[in-house]
Amino acid sequence: MNLHGIRAIYLYEMARAWRTLAQSIASPILSTSLYFVVFGAAIGSRMGAIDGISYGAFIIPGLLMLSLLSESISNASFGIYFPKFTGTIYEILSAPISALEIVLGFVGAAASKSVILGALILATARLFVDYEIAHPFWMVAFLLLTAVTFSLFGFIIGLWADDFQKLQIIPLMVIMPLTFLGGAFYSIDMLPEPWQTISLFNPVVYLISGFRWSFYGVADVNVLTSFGMVCFFLFVCLLMVAWIFRTGYRLKN
Amino acid sequence: MRQPNTDTPPSKQAVISIRGIGKTYASGHQALKSIDLDIRPGEIFALLGPNGAGKTTLINIVCGTVTPSNGTVCVNGFDIQQDYRQARAQIGLVPQELLTGAFESVEATVRFSRGLFGKPPSPATLEKILRQLSLWDKREARVMTLSGGMKRRLLIAKALSHEPRVLFLDEPTAGVDVELRRDMWAMVRQLREQGVTIILTTHYIEEAEEMADRIGVINQGEIIVVEEKQALMNQLGKKQLVLTLVSSLTVVPSELASYPLELSADGYTLIYTFDAQKEHNQIPELLRHLAVLGIDFRDLHSRESSLEDIFVNLIATGGSL
Ligand SMILES: Nc1ncnc2c1ncn2[C@@H]1O[C@H](COP(=O)(O)OP(=O)(O)OP(=O)(O)O)[C@@H](O)[C@H]1O
Ligand SMILES: [Mg+2]
Repeated sequence: MNLHGIRAIYLYEMARAWRTLAQSIASPILSTSLYFVVFGAAIGSRMGAIDGISYGAFIIPGLLMLSLLSESISNASFGIYFPKFTGTIYEILSAPISALEIVLGFVGAAASKSVILGALILATARLFVDYEIAHPFWMVAFLLLTAVTFSLFGFIIGLWADDFQKLQIIPLMVIMPLTFLGGAFYSIDMLPEPWQTISLFNPVVYLISGFRWSFYGVADVNVLTSFGMVCFFLFVCLLMVAWIFRTGYRLKN
Repeated sequence: MRQPNTDTPPSKQAVISIRGIGKTYASGHQALKSIDLDIRPGEIFALLGPNGAGKTTLINIVCGTVTPSNGTVCVNGFDIQQDYRQARAQIGLVPQELLTGAFESVEATVRFSRGLFGKPPSPATLEKILRQLSLWDKREARVMTLSGGMKRRLLIAKALSHEPRVLFLDEPTAGVDVELRRDMWAMVRQLREQGVTIILTTHYIEEAEEMADRIGVINQGEIIVVEEKQALMNQLGKKQLVLTLVSSLTVVPSELASYPLELSADGYTLIYTFDAQKEHNQIPELLRHLAVLGIDFRDLHSRESSLEDIFVNLIATGGSL
């Protein structure tokens, strides 16, 4: 195991986040704060409580997931795409490092950044609303698993993309809508049929529901189903990465 | 010319042993046919060939950034595919293109390279390498603020950061000014003294002539010659005797027809070409003959054909000597 190699990639990627602090940390926190102001304070004050939770508190888990998903994907995809784009990837390809170790370095760094970001968003939310975390262990478990899974997913996108448009298209066209319709701002049972049933095909619903359960003990779907789904996505992403690397990983010719 | 046989097993003595390496790119282009080559420990090996000959492809295969279609490569006995960790840990690669990052510092990027190759951090080694390449003062500068020549040196620093046993330099002096080129040559020699084996490609024949112990010529995906530089020069080298005449001639006098002589257009220079290998070169006879004919010269000198001449000749004849 080339531990020094993993460490080098990890630290390099973390250093990149420091260099782009405004983009990687400040901007997600700012946008989450804006959501709190608009939905939590302004609109939320006119909304009734959902499942006995004030609207401002209700949207916290969903908002956190929103940032977590998009930041994990964009961090990890950019991390691997950029050296591909500039050609500096040659160094990684010529190094005595395995595909697994490369993934650990890049995805580990992206997931770490996401988790740090998640913690900062939680702290920021505290400035706007009071909330409690009913099941801290599960909250951390969902946070970690989601960060890792979507960082892996971002890594796959970064490997697959061969231009900037492809890099953006999945986060914008697929992930964004799924997250918005994933119950970040409402409870699924507030939807009329058939939307309620259709929503159950949206994987993000399971993430947000499970995450919200870890905060308030209420959920749209059974928490074990949620947890199972997260693990399932993780597994699918792992399979995809393994497959990509086995086929020359779109990096070598 | 000695042509290694594809069936010969990888050489035990060689640092790098290439057997039957072929590469056909996805485009269908066959860049390498079937390359056999042994690189000896501690030598400077120059790979020459025209654009598109396959030099970079061959280097990239050994370094692991291009997957070969056929064949095997061993680095100190380690197969580049099965034992890629041991094989790659011994190699440093300086790519042909200036592929550097942008925003990170010089120091950080060299440190990254060392870690990537599995070596623990070593500030002392880092300093030594940066000083050796005159980059120490630039260690905190962002990579994108470096000049082209500095970037080239940075790539060398990165390649040396993990103290490789074998260094590949793919056109290290392309776009580098004369002074820097001299520095680079000095550095390569210094590395050789430290026991590093060096494989370089270049389009400057004088560079190969100046630096290399052995020379390989590759053309259209095939190695057409591998030879000691000196032997290559001796074997292929023709010598010329150049005579500057006092008064011009219009034709080579018929009495001298038995000598391979050429007359320059202005009629003032006679060029006699002879084989440097031959014991007897007939120069004394020629000079006596000229004296008899009353052809006076005010200057004479001899010159060897350069690698450039040899190289052009080789490509033209497809390697047959
Ligand atoms: N990625 C690629 N896909 C398809 N063909 C390629 C690729 N890379 C190189 N080739 C082709 O393979 C041949 C050998 O290229 P290579 O870069 O090895 O040549 P070279 O000897 O290094 O040339 P130069 O002196 O110009 O650097 C060329 O015809 C080139 O067009
Ligand atoms: Mg080349």
